[in-house]
Amino acid sequence: MESGTKGKVIEIQGGRGLCARFNAMGIRPGVKITKISGQIMRGPVIITVGATQVAIGFGMASRIFVEV
Amino acid sequence: MGNPNVGKSVIFSRLTGVRVIASNYPGTTVEFCQGCIGSGVNKIEVVDAPGTYSLEPNSPAEKVAVAILDRAIAAKDSIVINVVDATNLERNLNLTLQLMKKEIPVLIALNLWDEAKHIGISIDAENLEKVLGIPVIPTVAVTGEGIKELVSRLGQAKRGEYNYVDDERWHEVGRIVDKVQTIKHKHHTIGERLGDLTIHPWTGIPIAILVIAALFFIIRLIGEGLISLLTDPIFNNIWRPLMMRLSDMLVSGSLIHKIIIGQLIDGSIDFGQSFGILTTGLYVPFGAVLPYIFAFYLVLSVLEDSGYLPRLAVLLDNVLHVIGLHGMAIVPMLLACGCNVPGVMATRILETKRERFIAATLMSISIPCMAQTAMVFGLLGKHGLRGLLPVLVTLFAVWLITGNLFKLLVKGESPEIFTEIPAYRLPHLPTLMKKVWMRIYWFLHEAVPFVLVGVFFVNLLYAFGIISFLGNIIGPFTARAFGLPFEAVGALLIGFFRKDLAVGMLAPLGLNVKQLIVACVVLTMSFPCIATFAVFVRELGVIDMIKAASIMITSAFLVGSLLNLIL
Repeated sequence: MESGTKGKVIEIQGGRGLCARFNAMGIRPGVKITKISGQIMRGPVIITVGATQVAIGFGMASRIFVEV
Repeated sequence: MGNPNVGKSVIFSRLTGVRVIASNYPGTTVEFCQGCIGSGVNKIEVVDAPGTYSLEPNSPAEKVAVAILDRAIAAKDSIVINVVDATNLERNLNLTLQLMKKEIPVLIALNLWDEAKHIGISIDAENLEKVLGIPVIPTVAVTGEGIKELVSRLGQAKRGEYNYVDDERWHEVGRIVDKVQTIKHKHHTIGERLGDLTIHPWTGIPIAILVIAALFFIIRLIGEGLISLLTDPIFNNIWRPLMMRLSDMLVSGSLIHKIIIGQLIDGSIDFGQSFGILTTGLYVPFGAVLPYIFAFYLVLSVLEDSGYLPRLAVLLDNVLHVIGLHGMAIVPMLLACGCNVPGVMATRILETKRERFIAATLMSISIPCMAQTAMVFGLLGKHGLRGLLPVLVTLFAVWLITGNLFKLLVKGESPEIFTEIPAYRLPHLPTLMKKVWMRIYWFLHEAVPFVLVGVFFVNLLYAFGIISFLGNIIGPFTARAFGLPFEAVGALLIGFFRKDLAVGMLAPLGLNVKQLIVACVVLTMSFPCIATFAVFVRELGVIDMIKAASIMITSAFLVGSLLNLIL
């Protein structure tokens, strides 16, 4: 996970359920996302995907792999 | 149908005239609502469904949406109005394509059209219609633009014939979007920069603390203001003389007098203590509670419609994980501050049964509804912070500790937060006031009959000596444990029926500050009011209710005794 910048999703390491949930929000391999902020103590991560801001729990967020 | 927070409920309200609550965060609608367009032979039934991102549901609320769709498909003469957010076309079309594969005609209401234009997105609606093969009507639900056209074209809804491979759905969406959407890039506005401030932890948390403190202050200000400037004068200067005249007309000491007027305190009516149907029975809901209900829902509605709630959820997520929940659980908790019933229902936005149980039980134990809170303020207010603070702190501590125990002892995982954060919107004043009015109306509708019946009932209990009877049995326990007089048992019993009335029953007992604190805490914690009880059973089942109830009673006993010892 990168910090404060844009990146492109390469891979989502998760089972069917997780991938489906990410998918529904438009987070999938090949999509460009921007990280807006993280919260202290491994709190939720906020990213922009498309025109939406989404908050993702830290554990879930760390399953998303990006290339900057 | 459509994604959460796109304007489905607003369009529903426009179409049917049925007032539904719509807010600026995902998760407002958790159950379906029905209404009609037209009447007689031309009556069309319309159903407002909870939002969902795809037809694979992730929470009970989303499951409701899918169930509604299935029901509509089975009914064979239904259509789907797919409400699509024009500012998020790509993600919304994902659901659209899924809907089009189902055996049901669809048409699209391309909502938030004005906002899309505002941020530089322009969509060729006609082209989209050509590409998809189903009608596409741009709408601005909050102003009503496009609704007429939507209604006139309802008959043109078509079954989707767009062919695509399921796995390639996103590529298809991409292709479609490329054909119809152009985005003019707009620079980060000041508004957006401020918005980012509210969510970055270093600036966001102080802002959140300020906001929450301000909210408490404003609610108290408006509540007390309305009471001292409006309801007290009305009750004291207009109603009391009227009731005194009535009192003189009725035979003093008779049953009718007792029921309608209640006891005369010092030869006059005391609205807090007399306990007649037309005295206390009217004062409690209208004089003491309504001002706070108004204040609370005004503040809550602004909070909801501005779009701040999901950001608050993100900031508080770490705190909520202490009790086994994630940030969005703040929504049911906040709703519970108004009334536990919508609070329990709102737990449908949480994904697992474990979360819903924890959330529902915690709010029943330690979140007093505004009716109760208003009465507590009325009773303890004169002692200022010395009286109110211990109650607040104790309840919060119970919330944290019990929640933490739940997290450790109840089996299962704590899912993480995963929510969309909507754009900040300036609340539309007419819509906001309509929403506040709806909630007040609902409160009056629910509370007033119950309070009136409750006062009547209490008088009967007193008249037949039941309260003194029970007081003598249970009294010694509560006296020893909580330091409360025997008569306080009556309040505990009525607490099952209505919490505000129960607090009201403490008034004539002449309790000191410490006793009032203990009594208020015990009343909040001991058992939910009958309305909450009913919705708890409906949402979580009888077994969970029994579990929750036993936890509530034991903890109320423990905490009450503890408070009695240390205060």
